[in-house]
Amino acid sequence: MHELSVCQSIVQQLEQLAQDNHARSISRVIVDIGPLSGVEASLLERAFPLASSGTMAEHAELVTRILPIRVRCNVCGNENETPANKLLCSACGSWQTTLISGDEMLLRSVELEKDENYV
Amino acid sequence: MCDTCGCNITDANHHLVEQGGKHSHTSNGDEAIEVLQNLLHENNHRAAHNREHFDRHQVLAINLMSSPGSGKTALLEATIDALNALPETQQLSIAVIEGDLETENDAQRIRDKNIPAIQITTGSACHLDAYMIHDALHELKLDGLDIVFIENVGNLVCPASFDLGHHLNVTLLSVTEGDDKPSKYPVMFRASDLNLISKADLLAVLDDFQVSKAEQNIRNLANPAPVLEISARDSYNKNGMEQWISWLRTQLDQYHEQLSRHQTLLPKIQHQAHQHEAAHSHSHESA
Repeated sequence: MHELSVCQSIVQQLEQLAQDNHARSISRVIVDIGPLSGVEASLLERAFPLASSGTMAEHAELVTRILPIRVRCNVCGNENETPANKLLCSACGSWQTTLISGDEMLLRSVELEKDENYV
Repeated sequence: MCDTCGCNITDANHHLVEQGGKHSHTSNGDEAIEVLQNLLHENNHRAAHNREHFDRHQVLAINLMSSPGSGKTALLEATIDALNALPETQQLSIAVIEGDLETENDAQRIRDKNIPAIQITTGSACHLDAYMIHDALHELKLDGLDIVFIENVGNLVCPASFDLGHHLNVTLLSVTEGDDKPSKYPVMFRASDLNLISKADLLAVLDDFQVSKAEQNIRNLANPAPVLEISARDSYNKNGMEQWISWLRTQLDQYHEQLSRHQTLLPKIQHQAHQHEAAHSHSHESA
């Protein structure tokens, strides 16, 4: 269970963003998770309130978007979705593929409540 | 993730939040900011520093990962013995950073062979991270070393997500674990630059582990990394150990070649992910 560590890292980034943008608090956080990132979205959602407690992100809503696993075949160039443990080309069957989506753990965007003194 | 190619958004995203930039407002008046930054940004930043530190000393750092009990420490002990048996001109100078939840046991086993070893005890943390390696590096003199092995916490899940600042991932799969482990733990086995099938001396008495099946399951993860059978036991044939040492030497040569071109070496998977993240932010820039 390393999702708590990941959440602590997110909160650290959120506090920095809030400070840089003169925000009073953070209302919404959108993260993109690929199944091959090793981060489990549901665990992330459960860990987030723990990690954000007492910070500017305390009342923020965490939205996780699960991205599909997609590969491009190095042999025939086909692109297709795959399950996590069979990253194979659906056209020619080759395992020589390159992942083009599915390993992301990305802080996509953040919604901030601005400090009125700076508006 | 990166501080070199311009895809690190921390500094670059300032224009996004300026008036007329790509910021937008939500219906309730909150400001929405596009960030596009890795969730482990801070860790990755620290990892990059660790890697620079290794590179300044021209020391290759190898992250050893596997389940608990697959023989990581035994492999290191046998590797030390095998290196000691080589003629002096071919020897490699190594050190070890050990990660465990508790005890100094593994570091002591390495020190008993006159090799410097730093023990990190993580308490309850199930993986090493770049901060822990940073602290360990304060205690470890890199001068004169060729390779530092980082023996990660025995765990097939979490260690795969954390960059430590190492250059290569080596994953052990012991033959008592089952040849379908790569299919069960795809994130870990997708990340390996070399797969060692450890405790291979036991293959003779196990009829349910097929190396060819393990290899196929690794290929199914689009991972072309070599698969070597190896045993830390003296009695087993030395072929695997020789191939392992020769792999280390080849990697060391490639690493030095990279350094001479003012580049570093990244685990293959991070190299891909890096291009990936760049693509994410670049597609955003052109959007």
